[in-house]
Amino acid sequence: MKSENYIKLEFPSRSVNEGFARAAAAAFAAQLDPTLEELGDIKTAVSEAVTNCAVHAYPDSLGRVMLRLRIMKGGRLEIVVKDWGRGIEDVKRAREPLFTTGGAERSGMGFTIMESFTDKLRVRSSPGRGTTVTMVRTIKQRQGEG
Amino acid sequence: MEITTSYASGRLTLHLSGELDHHGAKGAMERINGLLEKYMPRDAVLDLAGLTFMDSSGIALIMKTRQWMHETGGRAQVENPASQPLRVLDASGIDRFITVKGERRT
Ligand SMILES: Nc1ncnc2c1ncn2[C@@H]1O[C@H](COP(=O)(O)OP(=O)(O)OP(=O)(O)O)[C@@H](O)[C@H]1O
Ligand SMILES: [Mg+2]
Repeated sequence: MKSENYIKLEFPSRSVNEGFARAAAAAFAAQLDPTLEELGDIKTAVSEAVTNCAVHAYPDSLGRVMLRLRIMKGGRLEIVVKDWGRGIEDVKRAREPLFTTGGAERSGMGFTIMESFTDKLRVRSSPGRGTTVTMVRTIKQRQGEG
Repeated sequence: MEITTSYASGRLTLHLSGELDHHGAKGAMERINGLLEKYMPRDAVLDLAGLTFMDSSGIALIMKTRQWMHETGGRAQVENPASQPLRVLDASGIDRFITVKGERRT
């Protein structure tokens, strides 16, 4: 798929970067002229994926997180969040609502939220090597003024 | 993430403001636990009116507050979520477990 514009960011899995990552994603997505609701959905999806890197990929150390956003034809925004951490044994199970290995601090709703806030969610993972989460959300092209 | 309180006749309202994510959730939960222990309310209300962003970390915080209240024989409810927090509440189906009041679907 040919991209029309992109950004690529890399940062350590410090929790303070969760807010930075979603703000950066929103700032980049703004050029698609999204509604506030669409912007909120993008921020939420990015927050979930980046938080998973901090919490699950690198549970007791800091590691690299990569966030890439691409704008493709027709207002399609692709969001990729990649880590080189612990990986997921059973992706199908991990994506089920309420499934968590995170204990009482987590609700097991991250993937469910990513799925309902985007049009497409793909999770690729290999244990011990890392996880790549790819999401696509189409921003409706608005007619009229603006 | 900031929390202020108001208390009247057994009802403790926790006014949450700012952004609630994993980064701030641990501190927020400790703060809420401390307040619940101090006031021992019959009703705990999580007022989300000032919350501009919330992700699944907020869901865990709400469920923990609810559990704490149930264990002490009280009740918990959520009030006034703005549109983004409300979409997260809806997606999680949390309203099966806890009352959500004053929804602003804009
Ligand atoms: N990047 C990752 N690296 C390793 N494991 C992951 C990663 N992302 C998710 N997981 C695994 O998938 C499970 C489900 O993730 P999901 O985001 O749905 O829920 P959660 O993070 O446990 O809870 P919540 O997102 O509600 O706080 C996690 O508990 C974890 O076991
Ligand atoms: Mg998660």
